[in-house]
Amino acid sequence: MDDLIRNPLGNPSPMRKAYGEALVELGHARQDLVVLSADVQSSDFSYMFEAKFPERFINVGIAEPALVDVAVGLANSGKVPIANTFAFLFATRALEMVRTHLAFAGANVKLAGAYGGLSDSFDGPTHQTISDFAIFRSLPNMTIVVPADPLAVRKLLPQVAAWDGPVYFRLCRNEVPEVFSDRYEPKIGEGVTLMDGDDATVIACGIMVARAVEAARLLANQDIRLRVVEMHTIKPLDSELVVRCAEETGVIVTAEEHSIIGGLGGAVAECLAERLPVPLERVGVKDTYAESGPYSDLLEKYGMGVDAILAAVHRALARKQSSSSHATSEVY
Amino acid sequence: MSGSSAISVTAGAVYQHGTQHSEAMVADLARRAYEYRTHVLRMVYGRRSGHIGGAFSCAEILTALYFHHLRIDPEKPAWSDRDRLVFSKGHACAMLYTVLAHRGFFPVEELPTFRGLDSRLQGHPEPQKTPGVEVAAGPLGHGVAIAAGMALAARMDGSKRKIYAILGDGELNSGVIWEGMMTAAKYALDNLTVIVDYNGVQQTGTTRHVMPTEPIADKWAAFNWHVIEIHGHNMAQILDALDRADEIHGRPVVIIARTTKGKGVSFMENQPAWHGGIPDNAQFETALAELNEGAKAWTT
Repeated sequence: MDDLIRNPLGNPSPMRKAYGEALVELGHARQDLVVLSADVQSSDFSYMFEAKFPERFINVGIAEPALVDVAVGLANSGKVPIANTFAFLFATRALEMVRTHLAFAGANVKLAGAYGGLSDSFDGPTHQTISDFAIFRSLPNMTIVVPADPLAVRKLLPQVAAWDGPVYFRLCRNEVPEVFSDRYEPKIGEGVTLMDGDDATVIACGIMVARAVEAARLLANQDIRLRVVEMHTIKPLDSELVVRCAEETGVIVTAEEHSIIGGLGGAVAECLAERLPVPLERVGVKDTYAESGPYSDLLEKYGMGVDAILAAVHRALARKQSSSSHATSEVY
Repeated sequence: MSGSSAISVTAGAVYQHGTQHSEAMVADLARRAYEYRTHVLRMVYGRRSGHIGGAFSCAEILTALYFHHLRIDPEKPAWSDRDRLVFSKGHACAMLYTVLAHRGFFPVEELPTFRGLDSRLQGHPEPQKTPGVEVAAGPLGHGVAIAAGMALAARMDGSKRKIYAILGDGELNSGVIWEGMMTAAKYALDNLTVIVDYNGVQQTGTTRHVMPTEPIADKWAAFNWHVIEIHGHNMAQILDALDRADEIHGRPVVIIARTTKGKGVSFMENQPAWHGGIPDNAQFETALAELNEGAKAWTT
């Protein structure tokens, strides 16, 4: 299990470049793959596909509704289109297209949401994306996949293309630590236990996975054994794994680069509330917009640093302690 | 079935793509458009729900496409090289369903289930439920961009299949229409023909009043489309325009079809109230009688 992740974590590596390379590789493997962009291919690195397969690349200009609708027409004609623009534009400006034709009518379009979370840090809150999981999770039939490092992008993108139905694939703009070893074999819909532990579980996605691993390694020094689960698929949620972690560790902490409302934390909260209520702490953006600034500084300031995970774990453990002593006093 | 001489004019006949436009064929198709209006009237009257005005304005256009121009096979609705029709003005789907049923995609007897519980004929088109429906519609404005995607796919496949989209004129208010127009022109999609059912009326008033779109032909031309303007209830003109569109190379084609909302029923024509109005019993009888008269005028 521990051999799925690097120790220590690898050097920061650009996720965008990994995405562009993975697109090209997939373009060789799949003749039905078509890549579209709303004129941001130099941002999301789909330009690498454009350079290799110009006849299968379409730039619709700065027109995100048309980006999705043109992709719908391609999908309905047997192509596997991957549409590219900034994550917030899919989740907001093009949302009706996504709702009507992908989620409702089932068009087999893949959305690659670039610059997810706070990763377009200097461009500021207009370009940052903290509500996409919540928005897309509420749409029936949508699948949401969030790779945590460059290797995960390479391993998951072919699965996204092969998935039967629409997928939202959320990407990070920046360099991210290489988390996984070559033994990592993710499968859409299944969470991955990266580190075992029975005191508490942190369920993380995206760039927060590296931070959760760091937190677990620090807590090990305090004799706190933190289980680390990577939930790369936000929907459909691997609720069996969530419940099992709740049973076996008693408390859950979620960690995501997203609002604490409606995303991974929201999904886990819904699952636990119905099936096995245990103390839950959610790490993420606290229902606010962020600001411009260096990426790592923003993550710290807006509650997504390693310290924030550590604090959440301690709060969760304190709640477990108090609820178990409360239970004890009732029994005796 | 190709060629004109072998065709016998009978109700429900399909005139294969390329069939010469004989007077008898034109009259037969024109008559059927009136017959299909009676089905729409019964569906909406029966359910007390639906959209008559915009369905009546595209009766001839849909009839011409499905019974003459489109290369499709109801026995093989998923045939990959079929022509595609994107019905963008989804609220007028009672007419689309009527034409699809008569073309053999599903039984005509199913039409009265329109908008009812468990029906395959939803309030707005749903491709998974209704054989022959290519895309979902209802929220307006999607048709051009989706059809452009289909036209790009046909080109990538080296296929000769053609893509058609039927828009309303009120729908032209929507920004994504113009995004799709630019994309289709950029890629010179001459395998794409858009037909605007320009009936001049939308939900709350005339299009001239709600959101002026004229000069509409100039606008499409300025977006680098080839423009053909016709009388949208004149069957011969519709058939000719569809043929002419096939001959245009290097640009997508738009056919601006000047139509009348509520066409065929005197008290419905050009009245915004009949966008979604439901006839009472007396209005139903009057409308039915007028439509039967309309059909009779084309009966030889």
